[in-house]
Amino acid sequence: MYSEIILAGFGGQGVLLIGKLLAYAGMKGGLEVTWMPAYGPEMRGGTCNCTVVLSDRQVGSPISRSPHGAIVLNLQSIDKFESTIRPGGIMVVNTSLINRPAVRDDLIVVPVAANQIALEAGSAKATNMVALGAFLGASRLVDLALVKATLAETFAGRPKVVQLNHVCLDKGFEIGQAIAAAVPAGR
Amino acid sequence: MAKKLMKGCEAIGEAAVQAGCRLFFGYPITPQNEIPEYMSGRLPQVGGTFVQAESEVAASNMLYGAAGAGCRCFTSSSSPGISLMAEAMSYIAASELPVVFVNIMRAGPGLGGILPSQADYRQATKGAGHGDYRLLVLAPSTVQEAADLTMEAFDLADKYRSPVMILGDGLIGQMMEPVEFKRHIEPEDLPVKPWATTGAHNRPPNIINSLYLNPEDLEKHNWNLYKKYEAMASEVRHETYLADEKLDVLIVAYGTVARIARTSIDALREKGLKVGLFRPITLYPYPAEALSRTVALADKVLVTELNTGQMLDDVRAVVAGRKPVEFFGRVGGMIMSAEELAENIERVAAVPA
Repeated sequence: MYSEIILAGFGGQGVLLIGKLLAYAGMKGGLEVTWMPAYGPEMRGGTCNCTVVLSDRQVGSPISRSPHGAIVLNLQSIDKFESTIRPGGIMVVNTSLINRPAVRDDLIVVPVAANQIALEAGSAKATNMVALGAFLGASRLVDLALVKATLAETFAGRPKVVQLNHVCLDKGFEIGQAIAAAVPAGR
Repeated sequence: MAKKLMKGCEAIGEAAVQAGCRLFFGYPITPQNEIPEYMSGRLPQVGGTFVQAESEVAASNMLYGAAGAGCRCFTSSSSPGISLMAEAMSYIAASELPVVFVNIMRAGPGLGGILPSQADYRQATKGAGHGDYRLLVLAPSTVQEAADLTMEAFDLADKYRSPVMILGDGLIGQMMEPVEFKRHIEPEDLPVKPWATTGAHNRPPNIINSLYLNPEDLEKHNWNLYKKYEAMASEVRHETYLADEKLDVLIVAYGTVARIARTSIDALREKGLKVGLFRPITLYPYPAEALSRTVALADKVLVTELNTGQMLDDVRAVVAGRKPVEFFGRVGGMIMSAEELAENIERVAAVPA
């Protein structure tokens, strides 16, 4: 098992956090993991991304030119990363902020109105959790329960935050799972 | 201790604490600011002291003093900051004091940029400061190794009474990986340093000095240092990956680039190309004998670095014309992808030997 995932959005959407959750949960699940933020001279509101590598053996390159999957939370991110994803890969698209369809027809595209779903669940701050849930539902790379447990540890002492994020993870997961189930066998 | 997911910079900081180091002197510079940030919070918790000095020049001379007083101490900086510390590094080496320097390299020359680089290989291994001295240089490739080597760096610095450098790059500083701290040392449990200036109560005073106006004395001092550097050769270490059989191409790389090479090698092995990796862990002393043995198995050698070819000189000296030695590098903060490196390995393999 070896998978490179890019998580991208603009600063403040929490892409670094869901990357860390994915990596931490992967580690708990017994995988080798690396989390690498794209760092540089950034500004508030600018673009932001990180790469997570999950593997059953020692991780080599911490950066990826052609990831196996991606979560894109804004338009700049889909424009930048859609063309780089490997054929057959999963792309979670935040349709709340991305008003164009995917160009590629060789990807498993998971459209999810992450902002709206999070807002309806209680706070748009949990947009990132809806997207991560959708990715986990479609990919099954890491056990959802491990991600939830990691989240509960990260936000220990803030039960309302944990509860909201768990709800958003579940809502996203259901959407991702339904789309993956509809993909014809062999894809 | 259970495994934790940590940034390379934070792991280096915690490793220093676990090694019994209680003093940090430094000055901020990207991409290693997470180290002083971590130390500023962590050292007060364990009775230590964090000092943000007025400059790198000041910080490195504070290290000179603290090490002279027998305390484990370290600093971290990035390329331009290390240049500013080079003068004190020479004095520290001359005065035979144990200090750990961490260089999380960024692209140069000059102020350059803040993105990852390996452009300070030559500075680290051939001498940053003036005079006939050496630094023991360790190049970690994973966050776990960064933690392990940082702990060892303090032991090696004490053992040889010499400055030791951890040479990493912006990638290893910023990436998060699982890490566990395998040892824990309390400062009180460290061996006493009888040469340290701890107050001359009931003993003759200890003097720490690098000035020898008598050339006979200075010559003797230089040869004594040289003998110490010769003894350091026993600390040499390296790692190989799929390199114990006949090879089409042997990759020689260190630090983060070596792990990018592992991904390229895995992809090329699937295509049937026999490629292996030799990764020096100590950059000084250089694992020349082990590299020479591995080179004997390969048709060609490809050195790859995030510079224009610095370790290349050391590899060429080892290969000594026996095999073709090629080079592939990215500079300026650009990082080769595993695919790009694989393309270059294939290019080298395709050229008739």
